[in-house]
Amino acid sequence: MKTMLNIALPKGRLGEKVYGMFEKAGFECPSIKENNRKLIFENPQKGVRYFWVKPSDVAIYVEHGAADIGIAGKDILLEYSPDVYELLDLDIGKCRMAVAAKHGFRDSTQKTLRVATKFTNITKDYYAKQGRDIDIIHLNGSIELAPILGLSDVIVDIVETGTTLKENNLEVIETIVPISARLIANKSGFKFKNDKIEELVCELSKQTEGKQ
Amino acid sequence: MNIDSLKSDEQAILSLRSLYSRYGYLQYKMSKFEEYDLYVRNKDFLVSDNIITFTDTDGKLMALKPDVTLSIIKNTKDMPGCVHKVYYNENVYRVSKGTNSYKEIMQTGLECMGDIDDYCIYEMLMLASRSLDTISSDYVLDISHLDIVSAVIDSMEVSDKARRELLLCIGEKNIHGISDICQREAADAAELKKLVSTYGSPEKVIPMLESIECVKNSAALSSLKKITNLLSENGFGDKIRIDFSVINHMGYYNGFVFKGFINGVSSGILSGGQYDRLMHKMGRSSGAIGFAVYLDMLERLTKAEDAYDVDAVILYDDSSDLKALNDAVRLFTIDGRSVTVQKQVPEKIKYRQLLRLNERGVEIIENNA
Repeated sequence: MKTMLNIALPKGRLGEKVYGMFEKAGFECPSIKENNRKLIFENPQKGVRYFWVKPSDVAIYVEHGAADIGIAGKDILLEYSPDVYELLDLDIGKCRMAVAAKHGFRDSTQKTLRVATKFTNITKDYYAKQGRDIDIIHLNGSIELAPILGLSDVIVDIVETGTTLKENNLEVIETIVPISARLIANKSGFKFKNDKIEELVCELSKQTEGKQ
Repeated sequence: MNIDSLKSDEQAILSLRSLYSRYGYLQYKMSKFEEYDLYVRNKDFLVSDNIITFTDTDGKLMALKPDVTLSIIKNTKDMPGCVHKVYYNENVYRVSKGTNSYKEIMQTGLECMGDIDDYCIYEMLMLASRSLDTISSDYVLDISHLDIVSAVIDSMEVSDKARRELLLCIGEKNIHGISDICQREAADAAELKKLVSTYGSPEKVIPMLESIECVKNSAALSSLKKITNLLSENGFGDKIRIDFSVINHMGYYNGFVFKGFINGVSSGILSGGQYDRLMHKMGRSSGAIGFAVYLDMLERLTKAEDAYDVDAVILYDDSSDLKALNDAVRLFTIDGRSVTVQKQVPEKIKYRQLLRLNERGVEIIENNA
């Protein structure tokens, strides 16, 4: 039996774009384009098996070996530090992790900064490096609301175009780190399906090199 | 004893013990506790700094062992010209990443301390390979040499901060990360990128190493060549890979470091290396090399699972004849089948056969297989 390469794709627009890149790299799986409710798609001839998962779960599937490779945002990798290989920057899904506050916000260093965020670890790490004392308010969504309602002084979140911020009278005050989609691999899977993974990395890097 | 009835980790322990004692390693048995102080002084050596502590009857702060190596070093004296070879099979207590709670982990390992030479290193790598082979023949042993990684980073003349970041990127095989850091530091990334992206058999990797200026004439490369050659000559050639992404803590480790993987287990199950620096930190002048096998990971190795808990359930009641019951049980156990004697069928039990003992003898009530 041919060994199958298990690939976790993030649900949504980014995942579809990534699948396009995989298809171009010669790892196509036509059944994925059928409009149905299936969760797993296989192409035994090419030895690939794709599945859609929640973007923030991709790294979990890969770390535990349920997927050999997957595509995850750098934000997720920084936040959860999964024990995986980060093989390639796909140079898509580009955005940045930034600190934002209400327009005209004055950062008073006299008091503890209240930061609302979904990315607790990134935030802790960023302010620890500055030796800044902070309170973290962990939120799961609508982070932008926090400074408007006075729940926090600033937010740490992903900023793509900045439109949502602008419309809510918020602005980026510092960029923490640029973010893009990364190809990650399970450490054990990488050893035992090496030829296939290397071939994929090689083909994908041809596509990203063209862009960079 | 029927070895098949043992769980995969129990089977592995038996085989590993016999393997290690054949090569003259003596079993090192230790107590579950150690003074907490030992771990505080060497915190970074531990996988996690969460340790279960308690106060002993004399007021001393004690810890449930999170690690075995430190205790062995503590109790070993320098013996110039000799090596001290031990193996252990102990439980250690660590925080599991998933549940963030303490877990008891069964660990087996080898330590060789003293005047470490190429033979000791070879023997350790050979035993690491054979340990993996004992568990599954579909394994890979990744070998790296930290002196080579250090030499390449040193030649780049980067700041300490960049050095730390580079080491992280090397561990992740993160080539684009290396490029970004080098661009920031105005350093040449080419050789380090070459080092990290070339992975595979010694025949594939060694020519690449010979093309790196600061590595080609190094003692590290010559020892890597000698040892991987000997491993290949002894039949391990298709199982060993040179992979510089194996990065152990450089403050403690030096020289050879290695990691073993088994197909079907999602993370490394064997990890080891030379830890002369840790020995020196603990006041020993000799060197050391060792490895540990994480047996808790073996649960994940899917063997054909038993579909049944027990072959037969025999039901009886207060009026049943004891001798007849015993005879009925013997009928099963005599040829190796399992049986449980119950007054009622226990909940959730999966059985092949359900039988009842009555005055006529044993009657089959249900047959599942």
